[in-house]
Order: sequence, then C-alpha cells, then structure tokens
Amino acid sequence: MSTVFIALQTNEETRPIVEAIIQDNPDCTVNEQPAMVKIDAQGKLVVRRETIEELIGRPYDLQELQVNLITISGNLDQTDDEMILYWNA
Amino acid sequence: MAVAAVKTYEFPPADTVDKFHGAQLLYIGWEDHLLFCAPFAFPFPPTMRFGDILAGVLPGVFGYHPDFAKIDWAKAEWFKSGQPWQPDADKSLAENGLKHKDVIRFRTPGLTGIKGSCS
Amino acid sequence: MDMQVAKKKLGLKERYAVMTRGLDWKPSYQKMEDIYPYMAYEGIKIHDWDKWEDPFRLTMDAYWKYQAEKERKLYAIIDAFNQNNGHLNVTDARYLNTVKLFISGISPLEYVAHRGFSHVGRQFPGPGPRVACLMQALDEIRHAQTQVHSISNYNKYYNGMHDFHHAHDRVWFLSVPKSFFDDAITAGPFEFMVSIGFSFEYVLTNLLFVPFVSGAAYNGDMGTMTFGFSAQSDEARHMTLGLEVIKFILQQDPANVPIVQRWIDKWTWRGYRVLTLVAMMMDYMLPKRTMSWKEAWEVYFEENGGALFKDLARYGIKMPDCAAQIALEKDHLSHQAWSTFYNYAAASNFHTWMPDEEEMAWLSSKYPNSYDKYYRPRMEFWREEAAKGNRFYNKTLPMLCQTCQIPMIFTEPGDPTKICYREVDYKGDKYHFCSDHCKKIFEDEPEKYVQAWLPVHQIYQGNCFPEGTDPTVEGFDPLAAVLKYYNLEFGRDNLDFDISEDKKNFAEWRGQATKNV
Ligand SMILES: [Fe+2]
Ligand SMILES: [Fe+2]
Repeated sequence: MSTVFIALQTNEETRPIVEAIIQDNPDCTVNEQPAMVKIDAQGKLVVRRETIEELIGRPYDLQELQVNLITISGNLDQTDDEMILYWNA
Repeated sequence: MAVAAVKTYEFPPADTVDKFHGAQLLYIGWEDHLLFCAPFAFPFPPTMRFGDILAGVLPGVFGYHPDFAKIDWAKAEWFKSGQPWQPDADKSLAENGLKHKDVIRFRTPGLTGIKGSCS
Repeated sequence: MDMQVAKKKLGLKERYAVMTRGLDWKPSYQKMEDIYPYMAYEGIKIHDWDKWEDPFRLTMDAYWKYQAEKERKLYAIIDAFNQNNGHLNVTDARYLNTVKLFISGISPLEYVAHRGFSHVGRQFPGPGPRVACLMQALDEIRHAQTQVHSISNYNKYYNGMHDFHHAHDRVWFLSVPKSFFDDAITAGPFEFMVSIGFSFEYVLTNLLFVPFVSGAAYNGDMGTMTFGFSAQSDEARHMTLGLEVIKFILQQDPANVPIVQRWIDKWTWRGYRVLTLVAMMMDYMLPKRTMSWKEAWEVYFEENGGALFKDLARYGIKMPDCAAQIALEKDHLSHQAWSTFYNYAAASNFHTWMPDEEEMAWLSSKYPNSYDKYYRPRMEFWREEAAKGNRFYNKTLPMLCQTCQIPMIFTEPGDPTKICYREVDYKGDKYHFCSDHCKKIFEDEPEKYVQAWLPVHQIYQGNCFPEGTDPTVEGFDPLAAVLKYYNLEFGRDNLDFDISEDKKNFAEWRGQATKNV
C-alpha cells in the first residue's frame, strides 16, 4: 500500500482538525515540521466532519479546511460529510 | 516528429552564424577541472590562429587554477565533439576545420584538479 | 446567540452540478469547433466532457468566501511583520538571497501561470474543468500579487530586488525558469495542463513550496512563510486539478496514452531541471537547514511520486525514464549548482558565499558519498583563496544547454568528474545539450527549440547592452554593459555576500534593534 498524506498549517484552527484526523485514522503517523504538520497514512485517510464538529462544538463545513491546507497526496473524494484521500494501487 | 500546430510552424533559428558580426561560436572545456563549472563559449573570427587562443585567450580564462601553469601543451589531448582531434596551432580556426558552434575540449594528463578531485 | 447555520438546500454534489454543468448550454448557431478551435490539433480525443468532476466540488461562491478569508489572514500578518521590522528577525542576512531568487525567478511565473490557466479555461469545452481553471487562474494572479506585496518590504532594505520583472526577462540564469514556462504556454491546452497542472503542480510543487516555506519559517521569515502558506493552500486544489485532468484524458481514449506519456516524460524532466535552483537553496542558502535536497527528493518524489505512478499504471502510464538519471544526480545537483552561482557571482542579482566549517560538516553528513570526495576540495580552495583576497569570479560566459538553458554544468550519469556533452545536427547547425533527456526533447520538436533565447548567445550577438552601446570602442567592458542592461549595480547587487551592503546593513540594524544606542 502506498502512503497518502495531508499537510496543514500549525495553528489554533487546525489543532482540533488534526486531533479529529488522529481519532478517525488510528494508524496514521503525525510529523510535526516547522510551522506545519504532515499526517501520513497507508492507502487511505479520512477527514470526517462530525468528528471535527464534536471537538470544536460548532457546525463545520469541510471546505473550510482549504484555508489551512498545505498539500495532499492521493486521489481525493469530498462530500458534505467526509474528505477521503486514497490510492487505488 | 514535429511540433503540433494549428498552421505552418516555421521560425528562423536564433543563433545562426550570420548573427554574430563576423565571428563564429566555439565552445572550449578543460577536462577534470570542474572548478570552472561549465565549458566556455567564445565568439572568434574564423580567421583567428588557433595558437592565439592558446596563448592569448586561455590564460585569462583558466589561469586562476593552480594547474594551469603546469600544463605541458605538447602533451595535451584534444577532442572535438568528444572524438580525438589534433589542432594545428599555426592554422586558423577555419583551417583547423572548426565551424560555428563546434565544441572542443582538452585533457592535460597528470593534472587532475584540486587535491585530485577533478575540480 | 444562535450560531446554527441555515440548512443548505442542496448537498455538495448537487450544488456542484448546478454551479458547473447547470450553467452550461449547447450552442445552437455556432459550431463547437469554431468556439473551441484548439481542441483537436494536439491529437487528444475527448468524447464526454461531463465525465470530468472536481473532487473538491468547489463552486465559485464558496471559492470567493474562502479566498477572501485567506487574504484577510495574510495581510493581517504581513502588516504585523512590517510594523515590527520583521526583516531583522531572519537568521542571518544570507537568508535574504533566497527571497531575491524567489521574487525574480518564481513570482513572475505565477503571473504567467495566471495567463496560461485563463487561456486553457477559455478553451476547454467542459464546464467542470473550465470552472477549475478559472479558479486556478485567479489563484495564480493572487500568488503573484501577494508575493510582490510581501517581498516589497524587503526591497525597502535590501539590494537586488528592485526590478525583479525586468531581471526575469533578461538575467542569464532567469532564462531557465522563464523559458520553462514560455515552453508550456506556447504548447496546446492539453499539453499545458499536463506540463503545469500535472507535472509541475502535482509531481514537483511540493519540492518547491514545502521546503521553501518550511525553510522560511525555520529562518524566522514570517512574511515569506505567510504568503507561501497562503499560496500553498491553493496548491492542493491545483494538484487535484492536475491529477483529475490526467485521469480524465487517459480514460477518454486509449490513443491519448502515448501522447500523455511523452508529455509527462518531457515535463517531469523540464520541471526537475528548474528545481536545480531549489536544490541549491535548500543545501546552501538557508542558514538554518530544514532537510537536504536529497531527503526532500526522496520523500516528495521517490516516495510520493512512486505512489502516484503506481496508481496511474492501470491507465498504462509509467514512471518517466528520467527518474533513473535524477536518482544518480541527487548526490550532486545542489553542489554543482552552488558552484555555478559562486563562479558567476559577478553577473547575478543575489550574493553567494562559501559554506563555513560547520556547514561543510552538515553537507558531508547529508552527502556521505559525494561531498568530501568531489565538492569539499574545490570549496575549501575557494574559501582559502577568498580569505587571501583572491575570491574567484568567473567572467567568461558559459556554454548553455539548448533546451533547459542551464550552463553545461551537469556531469555524466554515474561519473561526477566528467561534464555530460550531447549534441545534434539540425538543418546545418549544431545544438548542444546537458543530457539525453534535454536532447530528446529537442529532437521531438526541433522547430520550437531552435528559437531559444539563450542569454550567452544573445550577449555575443550584441542584444544585451543598453541602447546606444558601442561594443567596438576601446576598453569596452561587456560585463559592465550587460549589468546595466539587467539594471543591476556592480558592487551592490552582485558579488560575494561577505563584502555586501546587505551584510553590513543587516548587522548594523540588528545591532540597533537589540541594543540601546
Ligand atoms: Fe501559484
Ligand atoms: Fe538541459
């Protein structure tokens, strides 16, 4: 399985998002780099709206993520409820 | 293969010899001396004596290198487009068969740059 | 207070459909091929444009909202940075040279990218890719503008940035990034998408932005970090556009596969050659290093690109052949590049220097197979000579590669002691190349590359002096005339960092900022 990843700016807005990603992808690896955090996962990584909402206590639109996004790797599929990164091979 | 284009695609090349005011381009590299990061480009008249390049041009160009003063030109090996080649110092570039944008290089046996690193 | 947002009437997928395909119509009194005249000539066959969908499903209304948010954040930080003399917080003044490289080498490309995406957005008949290209075109002009705004603060204090766009169009090494993008926008719409959208944005952009921006953060440059991250936040969308366009083209017709493969091969190599500048920036120009070029290449190309090409294998696409040569060059690229700029420090718009002892030790540890053997001796020699007042300035113009326009500095794959020479005879003239890959690109489209504006040849043709210059007068100094043409001032914008005004001023200003004077 190949690695997919998402990298976000390190700031107050992304702290609960990173936490949510770790909850939803227990096998992921978190790399803290200068001013950014990069999360690697094998084959697939899911960002779930509901998990983020529970952590921040307000409704959240997954497209807000774009403001703090640095880079991704993998095929992407985004709906109202989740953003999925995956490789087919 | 050709450029994919919506109509005839024909434009003049940028560097034909007629654009160099009577000079032609000659590229010269010194093997095993990468202190000089790349071979050099020169505009020389085709009538220039090859020996005048050796005596009049190369010292100013390569002279910074401590190996340059040690060169025994009689032993230098020359290559043109990568093939062994023998220039005649008394003949002109044209008489030596050098054309526009030819590339020549020389190897100086025994001299291998700073601390033998080919620098 | 009730913070509940109004329930959306449509889900993301429906909203996306309404805001893209829903806004499109079939022309009735004009022919499709007249409206979209550039769709056929590259040989790419598209049967159903509606099959293309942006997986972010971003619609124009949401786009404006989030972009506005990004701009507000960016300018708040830029203001704070400028108000607090943030420029004095960078690690040391050598760092500023990366900013000079960026503003003159990269920012003008953002503007050209804007033009390119505006053009292809107009040309694609499918509403999905049109909207995505429109967004990217707007992103790119935003990048150009925010970079100019952010860096203008540095320009108030430091040299070499005062006329970056003029420099971009003239300075010898800037023809490398410039010609790269010119090559892309003069190709057809599909090749442009593969070159910039896929090969550059998807395969290589992480290598440009992530280390550069991380490097800025690490070196205390909050201004650059902020515009970098702001630009980079658009990048995930650009990468996705690039990847989706490739998959879409490949799915549409099997005859598209070999054409796309050739473009991927060409543009991965072209893009990689441009990244030579990034390699030396990472290993030599950041006073505080983040990771080495070699490490970045391994993470972002070998690992990540490997996964990508494995994924694309089911369409019949394979890893470009040039990857093998790149793997051999990764131990050498940055050292050969920095040596080049050290050579030509008299003709550049930024300063160079030799690494100190500690930095050389870092290079040895990151490049155990190459640094001590091939590069340390020459750098120590240069450093010693400079200390004796005999700093090396190479004033003879180098031979260039016809395709990538980089001086012929690259060595034979597998032999770092020999320059790699390749040549082709075409219509009675010789053309020279740095590599098999640059040669192959020329041979595929010689009519295009014979037109290359090679700075060295242009100087010798007399085209790079200020108007009215007479190069035949006695004592004519070509370097001085060329610098005038570049609008660079000898002794201020060029030469070694050690003797620079930047170094002197920075030390003085920082002293004032940290002590009572
Ligand atoms: Fe951009
Ligand atoms: Fe090249």
